[in-house]
Amino acid sequence: MPDPRVLPFPTSPGEARPAARLPLTIRGLGFVADGTRILDGIDLDLADNRLTVIMGPNGAGKSVLLKLLHGLLAPSAGRILWGGRELDRQTRQRQAMVFQKPVLFRRSVRANLQFAVNLKKSPEATELLSILMDDLHLNDLADRPARLLSGGEQQRLALARALLLAPDILFLDEPCANLDPASVLLIEETLHKARAGGTKVLLVTHDLHQARRLAEDVVFLHRGRLTEHSDADSYFDTPASPEARAYLAGQILL
Amino acid sequence: MQDFANSFSLAFELLWRFDPALGEIVFLSLRVTFAAVLIACAIGLPIGAALAILRFPGRGLFVVLFNTLMGLPPVVVGLLVYMLLSNAGPLGVLRLLYTPGAMIIAQSVLVTPIIVALTHQVLSDLNAEYADTFRSMVVPWHKAAVTLLWDARYALLTVVLAGFGRAIAEVGAVIIVGGNINHVTRVMTTAIALETSKGDLALALALGLVLLMIALAVNAAVMAVRASARRMAYA
Amino acid sequence: MLTRFFSASAAAVLALGVVATAPALADDDRFIIVQSTTSTQNSGLLDAILPQFKEKSGIEVRVVAVGTGQALKNARNGDGDVLLVHAKPAEEKFVADGFGVKRSDVMYNDFVIVGPKSDPAGIKGLSDAPLALRKIADSKAPFASRGDDSGTHKKERALWKMAEVDIGEASGSWYRETGSGMGATLNAAAGMGAYTMSDRATWIAFKNKGELAILTEGDDQLFNQYGVILVNPEKHAAVKKDDGQAFIDWLIGAEGQKAIAAYKVDGQQLFFPNAVKETN
Repeated sequence: MPDPRVLPFPTSPGEARPAARLPLTIRGLGFVADGTRILDGIDLDLADNRLTVIMGPNGAGKSVLLKLLHGLLAPSAGRILWGGRELDRQTRQRQAMVFQKPVLFRRSVRANLQFAVNLKKSPEATELLSILMDDLHLNDLADRPARLLSGGEQQRLALARALLLAPDILFLDEPCANLDPASVLLIEETLHKARAGGTKVLLVTHDLHQARRLAEDVVFLHRGRLTEHSDADSYFDTPASPEARAYLAGQILL
Repeated sequence: MQDFANSFSLAFELLWRFDPALGEIVFLSLRVTFAAVLIACAIGLPIGAALAILRFPGRGLFVVLFNTLMGLPPVVVGLLVYMLLSNAGPLGVLRLLYTPGAMIIAQSVLVTPIIVALTHQVLSDLNAEYADTFRSMVVPWHKAAVTLLWDARYALLTVVLAGFGRAIAEVGAVIIVGGNINHVTRVMTTAIALETSKGDLALALALGLVLLMIALAVNAAVMAVRASARRMAYA
Repeated sequence: MLTRFFSASAAAVLALGVVATAPALADDDRFIIVQSTTSTQNSGLLDAILPQFKEKSGIEVRVVAVGTGQALKNARNGDGDVLLVHAKPAEEKFVADGFGVKRSDVMYNDFVIVGPKSDPAGIKGLSDAPLALRKIADSKAPFASRGDDSGTHKKERALWKMAEVDIGEASGSWYRETGSGMGATLNAAAGMGAYTMSDRATWIAFKNKGELAILTEGDDQLFNQYGVILVNPEKHAAVKKDDGQAFIDWLIGAEGQKAIAAYKVDGQQLFFPNAVKETN
C-alpha cells in the first residue's frame, strides 16, 4: 500500500514521491460525443514519473484524453486505473490541470493563488506559494487583477495555481500556445523542476521544439487512436508509425 | 393639468426644507426596504447559488417555481402575511402585525424569489466558465458557491438593486400588514396612496418624485461601484 | 458540508431577522390599535383629536384606516383593540356575535350625492336621495360606487333598494364599482364625470374635486352615524382592554365630544358629536 499522504511540492530536485510512481493504466478507453467517436480503444501504460508529451494532429483526441484521465469527462468505454484504483474524489485531489485557455478567478493574482492554498490547507502550501511566485515571476503582479494580465502572465499564474495543489500528476493542455517566449521559458523551467521533484507531467503540445526540449516519452494519437508510444529519442529519430512520421515531416495538417 | 408643475416644485420644496415628517417616512421606507433586501439576500443568494451549481432531480422545477414567484402580486403576499401574523393566525403571538417588522417580512417574501431567480441566472453563466476549473481542483460545492457569489458580486449588485426597486416601490403588501399608521408604519408608498385618496394629487405626485429621487441616488451609487469594478475586470 | 452550509445560512438569516425586527419588537410604548374607516382619517379628524388623548392618557392610538367591512373583519381576527366605524347594523351584529363588548354612538355627519356640475340626470337641489338615484338610473349617467362593502357602500346599496333600482344588472355599464376607498372613488368620479355618494367629511377635505359638486343633500336617509366598540377580550386575549376602554370613555366623554365638535375644515364642522351620556 503506497503512502496516500499528499506530499508537498519538493523544494529541491530529486526528491521523488512514491505516489507519482503509481502506474497509470488505460485499457480500451473510448469516448463518444454526439454520436462521433473521438477516442477509440486506447491502451496505454504510463508507469514512470516521466514527462510524457502527447502529440498528434488537430482532432486526434488529445485534449479529450487529458480530460478523461483527469476525470473531467466520463469515458464511454474502457477503464482508467491509477495505482490499481479507479478515479475518484480522493485520487483526483492529487491531480491538477492547466488548460489551454486559463480560467482565472475575478480576483487579484495573489487571491487566485490563495484560493489553492486554502483548498490544500497544508502548512507547506504557504511556503510553496512564495517559491512559485518567485519561479514564475509573479511577485510584481501580485496585486493586479488576474484577468487583466497578458496571456503569458495568465498562464504562469494558472500553472502556479495548479502546482500549489502539490499534484502527483500534472496535466497540461497546450499551455504555451501563442505565449511570449519569456513566459514559455519560465513555464518550461518550472515543469522541469516539478518533474525533478517527482511530479508526473502529461503535456499536450503542438510545438515540436517544445516537445523535444521536454519529452521523455511521447504518445502519438491519430484520429482517436493511439498509434505510437515510445521514448522521446526514438520517437523523434525513428518514429515507428507512418502517421507519426508524416506528422513530424509536417505532412498531416488535420 | 397644473398639478404636474405644482408637484415638481412641491417635491423640491419638500426636499429643500427637509420636512421632518417626510424625513421620518423616508427613513422608515429605507429601513424597511434595506432590512427586507438584506434578509432576502441572506436566503436568496445561497439558494440561487445552489441552484446554479448542484444538479439534482427536480432542480428545473425549482427554477421555474422561483421564476414564477417573481411575479407574485404584492397584495397576495400582504394577505398571506396578514393571515400569518393576525391575532387569529398561527404567528399572532409574535404581535408583529401593524409594525415595521411585519412590513419587513412581507417585503422579504416578495423580494426573495427575485434574488433567487436572478442570482441563479447570473451564477449559471459564471459557473459555465468556472465549472471545469472547480472540478479540476476538486472544489467542494459549497466553496464553489461562495467563490461564484464573491466573484460575481458586482453583477449581483444589479440583482440586489432589482430587489430593492421592487421593495421600495411596493404598496400592496405593506399597506395591509403595516396598516399605514402615522409615525409607525407609514412609508413613502402608503403615504402616496393616502394623499391620493385625499385627492391631494400634487402632494402625492411630489412624494412619488421624492421616492424616485431616492431610488435614483441608490441606483447611481451602486452603478458607480460597479463601473469601477468593471475597470478592474472584476465584473 | 451540506448541513454546515445550510445551518450557517440559516443562522445568518435568523440573526438578520432578529436585528431587523428588533426595533419593532422593542417598541413597548403604550399604544392601542384602532380599526377605523378612511373617512375619519382622510378628513383629518383623527390627526386632530388623537394627540389630545395621548397628552391626557399617555396612550398612543395607532389607526388602521380601511373600509368598514374590512375593519370589522380585521377586528373579528383580533387585529385591533377598538373599532370606530359607521355601519350600525353591521356593528350591532358584530357585538351580537360576541366579537365586541358594547357599541356606543360617537358622532354623526351625513352623506351627500355629488356629481358633475353639468348634472345630466337633473338631481341638483333634490333632498330625496332615492329619487335622485332613480333619476341617475333613468338617465344612465355614470355612477361610481365604492363596491367595497364599506359603511358608505352599505348605505348606498340600501338607498338603491329604496329607489327600486337593480344595480346588479347595471353593473359594468353606467354603474361602476371601483372596489376602493372613498378617496379613490372620488378620484374616479372626478376623472370620468360620474355621480357618487360620499360622506360629507371626506368630501369637504377632498382636494381633487374637479368638476364635481354636491347635488343632493339633506335627506334623513343620508344620516351617517359613527359608533365605537371595544373588541371583546374574551375572544382575543391580546386585546388591550383597559387602554382601549380608556380611549372609548374619552371619545364619548365630554372632552372627546368637544374635540370632535371643534374640528373644522375651511370653517365647516365635519362631524357632530352625539354620544349618549352615561347614566350611572
